[in-house]
Amino acid sequence: MAFRLLLGISSTLLRARLRQSIVAAVGVTFSIAMYIALSGFMNGLNSLLDGLILNRTPHIRLYNEIRPVDEQPLERAFDHYSAGGNAEAHHFISRIKPKGDEARVRNALGIMDALRKDPRVLGIAPKVAAQVMFNVGTIEVNGAVNGIDPKEEDRLLHFSDYLVQGTVAQLANTGNGIVLGKGLADKMQVGLGDVVQVTSIQGDRTMLKVVGFYQSGMADFDNVQCFATVSTVQNLLVRPRNYITDIQVRLHDLTLAPAMAREYAARFGVDAIDIQTANAQFETGSAVRNIISYVVSIVLLVVAGFGIYNILNMLIYEKLDSIAILKATGFSGGDVRTIFINLSLIIGICGGLVGLALGWLLQLVIDRIPFKFEALPTVTTYPVDYDPMYPTIGILFALITTFVAGWFPARKASQVDPVEIIRGK
Amino acid sequence: MSNGDPVIETRKVSKYFHDPVTAQVLKEVDLVVQRGEYASIVGKSGCGKSTLMYILSTMDTDYEGELFLDGERITGLSNDRLSRIRNEKIGFVFQFHYLISEFSVLDNIILPGLKLGRFSRAELEERAMGHLRTMGIDHQARKMANQISGGEKQRVAIARALINDPLILMCDEPTGNLDSRNSAIVEDIFKRISSEHHRSLLVVTHDDELASRTDRIITMDDGRIVAS
Repeated sequence: MAFRLLLGISSTLLRARLRQSIVAAVGVTFSIAMYIALSGFMNGLNSLLDGLILNRTPHIRLYNEIRPVDEQPLERAFDHYSAGGNAEAHHFISRIKPKGDEARVRNALGIMDALRKDPRVLGIAPKVAAQVMFNVGTIEVNGAVNGIDPKEEDRLLHFSDYLVQGTVAQLANTGNGIVLGKGLADKMQVGLGDVVQVTSIQGDRTMLKVVGFYQSGMADFDNVQCFATVSTVQNLLVRPRNYITDIQVRLHDLTLAPAMAREYAARFGVDAIDIQTANAQFETGSAVRNIISYVVSIVLLVVAGFGIYNILNMLIYEKLDSIAILKATGFSGGDVRTIFINLSLIIGICGGLVGLALGWLLQLVIDRIPFKFEALPTVTTYPVDYDPMYPTIGILFALITTFVAGWFPARKASQVDPVEIIRGK
Repeated sequence: MSNGDPVIETRKVSKYFHDPVTAQVLKEVDLVVQRGEYASIVGKSGCGKSTLMYILSTMDTDYEGELFLDGERITGLSNDRLSRIRNEKIGFVFQFHYLISEFSVLDNIILPGLKLGRFSRAELEERAMGHLRTMGIDHQARKMANQISGGEKQRVAIARALINDPLILMCDEPTGNLDSRNSAIVEDIFKRISSEHHRSLLVVTHDDELASRTDRIITMDDGRIVAS
């Protein structure tokens, strides 16, 4: 009851200075709207750019690096021989070369089963990488075909974001289908439905039907990389079902990646690399952009705060009589302070709420501005992040600024000595 | 006067002004106002009568001596406590009306009542209308405070002072801004408040006619009460 009374007095006083109050509220409105629009836009752009790396990269990649054996068999024999006291012996065999199916992950199917049962793992996508030649007329063009599980690849690594033509389902359902890199396809002058001839390094030839085009925005990549299903590539290489060269793992929690990569490397006896090691520097840009948007918004809000401070000071000066009589008739200093802080908060809340709406509208507008981005062919307008965190922070900012801006004039009002005012008349 | 029932009482109240030079404006004033008494304080300009009234009003706390209201020692109480006491026990009428122009006449009157919270809004409005009716301005109740005449404003201010049934009504030059006709109306109202409701009134005034209609005239000179 008491608070409602004070609130009623606040809003009545506000009506006395309606125009200036609206101007002050508009200041808050603009700063909040700008903050929301700016943050949404900045972060949309940030996550788009981060996504270029983050979305395409598995959190952990298990593979088998081709390397010579650490210890040549002959050296073992020599150690044994030396231990027998025959120090003079020497051999000329430098090393045994890597051989056979080294590129494949051993026991890949077993490892995949184990990974699927790990609760920390969001999902896994197997990959078979193959170096191939495309026969174009009389010449041959180098290429690489990646055998993937299209559905998992799309779920975990956003494969469809980079498809300019064709769909994930078409790739999955077409036997011997292939998605060509855009640059490679242009070079070969093939269209959807055409058949291309692929030769593996071992010399096996296969005919593959083009079902889509892929564009990552990186020319070197688009001129070489192609995608087909795991089984198509296994057939192409004439390898069995368990021939998998990479196991790509996505985790629920990205930060666990380095530790888990070490764990898997030890547990499965494979090489494992985590995303942080693979891409160390990309977070810096996002942090800088975030700081800029916060600084701009805080500056706007401080300006709005000064506006409110001014108006309240003016209002208090004008309303000294009212303050004096309120105090004479039994309102305490605290009551008077509450009245003026309420006044400031009403301006802040009204301005802030309109600001929320305006900010949201601005976001919608930005979201509709055309934007061509080579690296992400599916993106056609500017990206906007509609994270509810920004409106929340915005309205909190507005409340805090208006409270602080209202506090000092309100304290001054609460200290008005009614005797001085009344005797002065 | 010791056989009465004092509403307000001062014991050796002294007051100094320090600006521009230290000067004693009240010199050990002892004053008792009884319940139901209608008293006026008169004296030359600068004799300290207004200063005394503001000390009695509890708004001025910078004095020496003791102040009692309704048997309770007021001196040294916290500002919040004093606000509460003013709200409940003292009504004020000043030379200027001090109505809040953004509120209606009725809202201006019931504001102190809403603060006290003893009566509901509806009851307060009814009481306010009663006061306005006895002063002959009930038809103006819904108007904004700045839309009525000066004499009416002063009557509204009196109604506001009465809304919480105060023990004592303190008035500082209540007719100072009014023409003779409106002054006469205000004088009549005061007389009626005193005689019909047996409320205490303490009026500081220059107006000899107003003073002459009070039950007791307290004359001050140079910070002292010289006759009462």
